[in-house]
Amino acid sequence: MSLSYPVASDHQLARLLQIGMVLEEVVEARAHKHYETLDERELGEDLVALLSDAAEESADHRRRLEALVDELDADPVAYDEIETLVAARYESDTDFDGVLYDQLCNEETAYKFYDDLITAIEGSDVRFGVERDRLLSVLRTIREEEAEGVEDVTELMEDDA
Amino acid sequence: MNTQDQYLKTIYLIQQQEDGPASTGAVADRLEVSPASANEMIGKLENDGLADHEKYKGVSLTDEGILRANEALQTYCIIERFLHSVLEVEEFRAEARQLESVIDGTVAERLDTIIDRQECCPDCFDAETDACELLDVGVESEPAD
Repeated sequence: MSLSYPVASDHQLARLLQIGMVLEEVVEARAHKHYETLDERELGEDLVALLSDAAEESADHRRRLEALVDELDADPVAYDEIETLVAARYESDTDFDGVLYDQLCNEETAYKFYDDLITAIEGSDVRFGVERDRLLSVLRTIREEEAEGVEDVTELMEDDA
Repeated sequence: MNTQDQYLKTIYLIQQQEDGPASTGAVADRLEVSPASANEMIGKLENDGLADHEKYKGVSLTDEGILRANEALQTYCIIERFLHSVLEVEEFRAEARQLESVIDGTVAERLDTIIDRQECCPDCFDAETDACELLDVGVESEPAD
């Protein structure tokens, strides 16, 4: 017996991909807020580059997820409002370590999300509106990039120690 | 949220509603599983020190079980509130039930950064309506498939 239901429909798949898009939007918006809020000298060259890369990568992931969602029967989501929500509830991490830790949480959370999503799709025998191999290939690539992101942040943390 | 956490959350909510132990049948009904499956998992919860099961009475969570159930309920509340308030999903209860097994607690914590959740969460969760009583919601949605 398992309550870990596999993804059972296009609608559920689309909703999970939309949640992925929101997570990416959160990463992107928080990276921008960190950069805006903190002094560039305090952040340092490496962390500024990391935040910039993270924001760019999240925007790319979001576009790839959006392309999949567009092929499915999905309710529209007002993503521009997400940025406003992030900004409204943003609490500044006032130092280098706080920003780095937040970034680590972002990458680890995203990795966990895509890993669970891939497992749920693999456990499903539903024929989705998007081709299964392409869907899994996109998600596995994104998961891999999140894993690399975790490594990048960890390295920066170790360098700082 | 893993299967064990889904059981803990369900037992916790039934205990609240019944103001006493949760019967195996009620747990099985709520989770839409067979009584044999529910019995098996309740046995595991007992072995892990998360629940006590008394024949003919039902199952009660231990202090540690209550703590874990609270965390699971909080994750569920985040998912519901996120679906309702951010994605504006009308059938947010049904969708939350469908998605809870795929959404981990750490993922829910990130989603929590953009929702407006009160400090009393998850105590404000109403088991009768299957939603936070502070959410401005209409009639109860259809149960999940």
